[in-house]
Amino acid sequence: MSELLSIRDLTVPLPATADRRYAVEGLSYDLAMNEILCIVGESGSGKSMTANAIMGLLPPNMRPERGEILFQGQDLLKLSEPALESMRGRQIGMIFQEPLSALNPLMTVGDQIEEVMLVHKVGDAAGRRARVLELLDFVGLPDPKSLRDAYPFRLSGGQRQRVVIAMALALEPALLIADEPTTALDVTTQAQILDLIRRVQRDKGMGVMFITHDFGVVADIADRVVVMEKGLIVEQGTVDQVLNRPQHPYTRRLIAAVPHGEGRQNQVAQGRPIIETRNLKKTYRSGGGLFSAPREVRALAGVSLQLHAGETLGIVGESGSGKSTLGRAIMKLMSVDSGQILFRGQDLVPLSPSQFRPMRRHIQMVFQDPFASLNPRQTIGRILTDGPVANGISHASAAAKARELLSMVGLAENAFDRYPHEFSGGQRQRVGIARALMLDPEVLVADESVSALDVSVQAQVLQLLKSLQERLNLAIIFITHDLRVAAQVCDRIGVMCQGELVEEGPSAQIFDNPTHPYTQKLIAAIPGRNWDPTTSLTERVDA
Amino acid sequence: MPEGDGRNMKSLDFILRRLAKAFFVVIGVVILNFLLIQLAPGDPAAVMAGDAGAGDAEYLAQLRAQFGLDKPLPVQLWNYLSGVLTGDLGYSYRNQLPVLDLIMDRLPATLLLTGCALVFSLVFGILFGVIAAWRRGGVLDSTIMFGALLFYATPLFWTALMAVLLFSIKLGWLPPFDMETIGANLTGWARVKDIAWHLVLPVVTLGLFFTAIYTRLTRASMLEVMGQDFIKTARAKGVPKGRIIRRHALRNAFLPIFTFASLQAGQLVGGAVLTETVFAWPGIGRLMFDALLSRDYPVLLGVFLITAAMVVLVNLIADLLYRFVDPRIEQGA
Repeated sequence: MSELLSIRDLTVPLPATADRRYAVEGLSYDLAMNEILCIVGESGSGKSMTANAIMGLLPPNMRPERGEILFQGQDLLKLSEPALESMRGRQIGMIFQEPLSALNPLMTVGDQIEEVMLVHKVGDAAGRRARVLELLDFVGLPDPKSLRDAYPFRLSGGQRQRVVIAMALALEPALLIADEPTTALDVTTQAQILDLIRRVQRDKGMGVMFITHDFGVVADIADRVVVMEKGLIVEQGTVDQVLNRPQHPYTRRLIAAVPHGEGRQNQVAQGRPIIETRNLKKTYRSGGGLFSAPREVRALAGVSLQLHAGETLGIVGESGSGKSTLGRAIMKLMSVDSGQILFRGQDLVPLSPSQFRPMRRHIQMVFQDPFASLNPRQTIGRILTDGPVANGISHASAAAKARELLSMVGLAENAFDRYPHEFSGGQRQRVGIARALMLDPEVLVADESVSALDVSVQAQVLQLLKSLQERLNLAIIFITHDLRVAAQVCDRIGVMCQGELVEEGPSAQIFDNPTHPYTQKLIAAIPGRNWDPTTSLTERVDA
Repeated sequence: MPEGDGRNMKSLDFILRRLAKAFFVVIGVVILNFLLIQLAPGDPAAVMAGDAGAGDAEYLAQLRAQFGLDKPLPVQLWNYLSGVLTGDLGYSYRNQLPVLDLIMDRLPATLLLTGCALVFSLVFGILFGVIAAWRRGGVLDSTIMFGALLFYATPLFWTALMAVLLFSIKLGWLPPFDMETIGANLTGWARVKDIAWHLVLPVVTLGLFFTAIYTRLTRASMLEVMGQDFIKTARAKGVPKGRIIRRHALRNAFLPIFTFASLQAGQLVGGAVLTETVFAWPGIGRLMFDALLSRDYPVLLGVFLITAAMVVLVNLIADLLYRFVDPRIEQGA
């Protein structure tokens, strides 16, 4: 097999202030023509750093200390900036994680694709424009002619990612580097983009370096796999070896943490629901003037659901399905157009803010972003006690409760006097959970609360939520885009699509016997469906 | 093309609505100024009478009646407003001229000065800002940012006085004041050159302050844009650095600069009081300054009205231009 890319002993030091010495250390691996190599690891493992080193796009304060990056036999680390420039885009193409920000907002899609050919002086103006149409068509975008002159903001995330891919493919590079290209996309869009990358790779015989944190994606797309932890390669091999017979403890731990379809043993909830919504409706309106009708988006189109004490109800759906609107409506963080929200039989919808205020403590929220949802200028103690103090509880007893909860969510006692920036993402999310619990709520709304976390941290936080629920008999509304997570932690799952709850039932049933076509489509799009992480770990025990 | 029609309708809708809003804003400003000015101490009739050298009560009453100052306030306001709506901004007691004529006489000089200063500061501010961002952390960056801080922190009138002292009095290179050489009666090309020569000092002094602001704004905006993902995309495409700066970074960094420039442009009429006073520039700023000293209220009100109308008009134009600068902006949305 001809090696396209050989990395030998690549070592890149981190700036002196960092918490470890090397971004990557002693990295060696090969990538052949016509294969997809997946680099897997959690955040901070150095997986993106390698890609940047190959492209010569490392930050100026980071220079490789030793090693070589051989691309078609030539050491990229020895090339001058102009030589690298002429290689980027022509022989090595790259696609990125965030399709929403990867395109220049002030340049048309066509101009941005054409620019690759322009700066590499390929073809004449007419030829380039024709090629743009060809590429837009090739990556499966509708109506290339009108799309060429559109600005990126007109396109959806998935469409923009296709544009970025078209740009990377324009000059048919031998190597394509894809850095988490589907992480920011909805699951059905992700499935389409993965298909596209596979098809492109086969058609053009390219080598693809695919960076991801998602083992499901690895199972779907990889030929070979490299697993990285803290700048080191801990394991590499074929996809079958690494996924089904993992050797290194870190790989095994990662795989064990992958959420999988095994629904929890749920008992059918009895009695009166603690929260019930009836035919909840909300339409967003924007714009409109003397001569134009306002734009309307139906966020909730008559949603009815029930939630019992001690139960977890999952709300899954793609972006724009209305799932977050539902959570915010139940929290009364926004008004609804019609319908009822019954809390212990009392309708919350007609309550004024002052009437609702004493009830707010019963329904609390855990937010998505552990970084943005904590005030960086307040200590954890202040963050936790603000709510109770505002509700008339004395400082002393609020502080005592805060310390108790901090230990309950697995944080050290001294966290009370520290500031959010001193904690990792997972720890901050624990703070967020503790904050939500400060007022002894009966209902928790968790909106994408583990989505921003690495898979191993995610597993810990999910475990924490579950044990807290058992201890406190909490009812949880768990909003997520990740069906695998929902299947693992929820008793029942509701599937939302365009403001409607299209299907609802016990997790196992939704997962194994979905009846609504949309649910079936969602389930089919889950990456790594044919790979069961539990068997890879049990097999090892058998062996 | 139904979609194009819809777009045009939307723009028309937007412009009409904005114009209606603008009209009420300007009327509001007129009313507010009219009422505020009544609070100022001093009686215009007394000033006029003093100028005429006859301060007796009868003459004062006569003056008040002549200018309608004896009527109740709402009536005075109504008279003034209906005048404004027919293009009559009142009569200057002091200059014995209609206010509108006075303002129109002074407006060109002010627009010339502030317009040139705006162009000067935009051109050099963006240039220095881009260079500073490109050479971030280097000697050039430090030098530019030091200069920007210096001119930003120095009071405008001080810069102006020092410039006159150095370039006019010490070196004798440039004329120290006024817009033209007095008594030269130049015509044609010679006159243009003469005015240009007189423009240099006031434009540079006024412009340097804004250059400093644009330099800092451009640098900050450029650095922010250079850190964004699409710049990395461009680099990954193999786009050379110069083209990245020109085609990708600067165009995006220009958006906040444009916003600030449109705010500044709105104040072109009234914003140069200090500079015009120091350089004895025969513009609106000077007119306002003199009117203030002599309690020439109709002139003051007229200047305020023109200034407010200008701000509102320029903002409207800027909002319309914004859609060309940034395709994401849709009017009415």
